[in-house]
Amino acid sequence: MIETIKPTDAELKARRSRSIALALALAAFVVIVYFVSMVRMAPGFFHGGS
Amino acid sequence: MALVEKGLGDAGPGLSQATAGDFLALLKPRVMSLVVFTAVVGLVAAPAAPHPLIALTAVLAIAVGAGASGALNMWYDADIDRVMRRTRSRPIPAGRVQPGEALAFGLTLSALSVMTLGVFVNWLAAALLAFTIFFYVVVYTMWLKRSTPQNIVIGGAAGALPPVIGWAAATGSVGLESLILFLVIFLWTPPHFWALALFKTDEYGKAGIPMMPNVAGVDSTKRQIFGYALVVALTAVAPALLGYASPAYGVAAAGLGAAFVWYAWKVLLMTESDRSMAAAKALFGYSLLYLFAIFAAYLGDAVVARVAAGA
Repeated sequence: MIETIKPTDAELKARRSRSIALALALAAFVVIVYFVSMVRMAPGFFHGGS
Repeated sequence: MALVEKGLGDAGPGLSQATAGDFLALLKPRVMSLVVFTAVVGLVAAPAAPHPLIALTAVLAIAVGAGASGALNMWYDADIDRVMRRTRSRPIPAGRVQPGEALAFGLTLSALSVMTLGVFVNWLAAALLAFTIFFYVVVYTMWLKRSTPQNIVIGGAAGALPPVIGWAAATGSVGLESLILFLVIFLWTPPHFWALALFKTDEYGKAGIPMMPNVAGVDSTKRQIFGYALVVALTAVAPALLGYASPAYGVAAAGLGAAFVWYAWKVLLMTESDRSMAAAKALFGYSLLYLFAIFAAYLGDAVVARVAAGA
């Protein structure tokens, strides 16, 4: 039989806080990677365009 | 009903109670803000202007790298943080974050920040950031901090590197100007931390950290503080003397440095019966203002010079 544990309200609240922060951080990272890639792939970037 | 496994370390069987704020605290936001500021100064003062988005990415990566080294420092130092009043409410000694969580968090962010800086900015800046994290975590935290009173003297190199990383992010090289900025922070670190150590001697003693007042005594520490204050005040004027900054910056740096030496002089005159250590507390407070003001003056000077050159 699998032992299960019911999280407390404090644990659920803390997990929600961590989940939201992680989602926001990952979304920000994706946005940064996308736009920086656009900038670096722009013509002339590697020939003094930076 | 959630199915959960036993957590890391001595965690209980439930979910972690660490909030996002606890993980943010692991990054030492106040230290990170000083790192970001000095890195921005190095980046802006450099004789090259990267694309604003590349510059922003560089600053973010440096900030995250600094935060990661803070998290790894807290992971390793949890035992002594638990002993000192100043640090016992940090997330690990307070029991809100498990050591394994902090270690994984710090290692992940270290790798992410260095790779991001390398891929999107340049690999010299990334290598310097990786070296900074290694130096702070391994050389300072794991080795020097508990073994020698020169811990913060040598370890100060880690805190002094951000303007060099900023400069390297902008130019792909390391200039003499950025090395002077490095020297200013490097020489500023001992009087800053020894001023703190003077009025926290008991705390450091309890934790077994060999800070200078605990090992060499209060008088020797006061003399060394004064010596370093003199040298850092002179070094901060060097950019103006070498022609890297304007005379206006030189005057500002000289004034700020004179005040730094005066505060250190008051510490030198402090008597043994002075239990309040007011002069040491004043020097500690002023040293923070001093570093910020010197870098703000250098930044302002660089911006004015660039605007004047473009006009």
